[in-house]
Amino acid sequence: MKHIISIKDFSKDEILNVLNIAAEFESNKHEDLLKNKILSTLFYEPSTRTRLSFESAMKQLGGNVVGFADPKASSVSKGESLSDTIRIVEGYADIIVIRHFVEGAARLAAEVSSKPVINAGDGSNQHPTQTFLDLYTILKCKGTLEDINIGFVGDLKYGRTVHSLVHALSLFKANMFFISPESLGMPPNQLEELDELGTSYQVSEKLSSFLKDLDILYVTRIQKERFPEAMDYNRVKDIYKIDRSILNSSKPELRIMHPLPRVGEIDPELDNSEQAIYFDQAKNGVVVRKALLSLLLGAV
Amino acid sequence: MMEEDTKEYRVQAIKEGTVIDHIPKGKALKACEVLNLNKEIGSITVGINFKSKKYGSKDFIKIEDKELSQIDVNKLALLAPEASVNIIKDYKVIKKTKVDIPEIIINIVKCPNPNCITNHEDGLKTKFILINKQPLKLGCNYCEITIKDEEIILR
Repeated sequence: MKHIISIKDFSKDEILNVLNIAAEFESNKHEDLLKNKILSTLFYEPSTRTRLSFESAMKQLGGNVVGFADPKASSVSKGESLSDTIRIVEGYADIIVIRHFVEGAARLAAEVSSKPVINAGDGSNQHPTQTFLDLYTILKCKGTLEDINIGFVGDLKYGRTVHSLVHALSLFKANMFFISPESLGMPPNQLEELDELGTSYQVSEKLSSFLKDLDILYVTRIQKERFPEAMDYNRVKDIYKIDRSILNSSKPELRIMHPLPRVGEIDPELDNSEQAIYFDQAKNGVVVRKALLSLLLGAV
Repeated sequence: MMEEDTKEYRVQAIKEGTVIDHIPKGKALKACEVLNLNKEIGSITVGINFKSKKYGSKDFIKIEDKELSQIDVNKLALLAPEASVNIIKDYKVIKKTKVDIPEIIINIVKCPNPNCITNHEDGLKTKFILINKQPLKLGCNYCEITIKDEEIILR
């Protein structure tokens, strides 16, 4: 494994290998594993969870971090090409994490760089480390990734998190349920891909149609910035409000996930329930990123 | 058009060069543009809407004193997947190939996604992966968008 660019580059066995290593990091701290190694974080787009969890993972393993969280403060603002930036940075660091607003930026960075590159989100395309932590969270609470019944609710059209997770879970024969207003449904090319992979899925606008069958409910934020008209946003923004009432018609083992941030789609009164695992999910980002950094740096 | 006409144009073979046959009807001029033939020194003959036993009608191009390179043939494969390329030496066909869409297509197709890195980074060559031949489906190596036949734009 040289780079982490897209979840589509990984086989089922490779995914499981990453998750096993992450589990190992949960029980052993390996404080000096990446001592004297330098991670460079190039964040061309704002991020809190992803950037901080990468930095935390690197520092917990004894490594150092250099980078920028605001491209305005770097030579990018002077018009430097991405290829040039990567060629410079690879001389300063042992591994590079990049988030960029343009799709395919991380793939280009990996082609240019002699050092490992991790994609921390490229436009609306991929966010593979989020997918790994989502899979790790499901595996941790369900004990398996095989044959789970998972419902995705909210904005399924624009969410790269959903698209990547759907692809990965299709390798594990998950049964999928897509719940969204028609205007925010799964894109046809995504459904076509699922058809080609032979994945079982159902589509509905109503969450109640599938609730009783679900092992996992993956909730996403309906993104205001995607709507040119405020009225269109207002029409759908509160369409799925997940609150305690859903527990009446779901299995007791149902678990609720969310990539966060949320803006009202999950009622905070659910936060302390057994079903809510979204904060654990965010926390799992650190062990998963420890595993990925160590793997790419040849330390495990 | 009579069958004899078809025979006649075949008889009028060029001495050296390339004959591209079985181009879909109406695409010969586009093929010339894609192959950048307006910069050629030798003579070029373009046939449009000729009778074809196999396809009903077809276009063709004869290029004198030039053998098409592999990259040119690849460009053609996307525009005219059924075309055949005949290399002519001393009035005889010495090589006849069916164009074939390569597994990896470098710098021929433009990515239609305006937010793809290939539309932002100067000098970056596009790279598409062949997903399916019939119906034609390609995937961008960078932004991972998939495009079908009618959505394919040549660079």
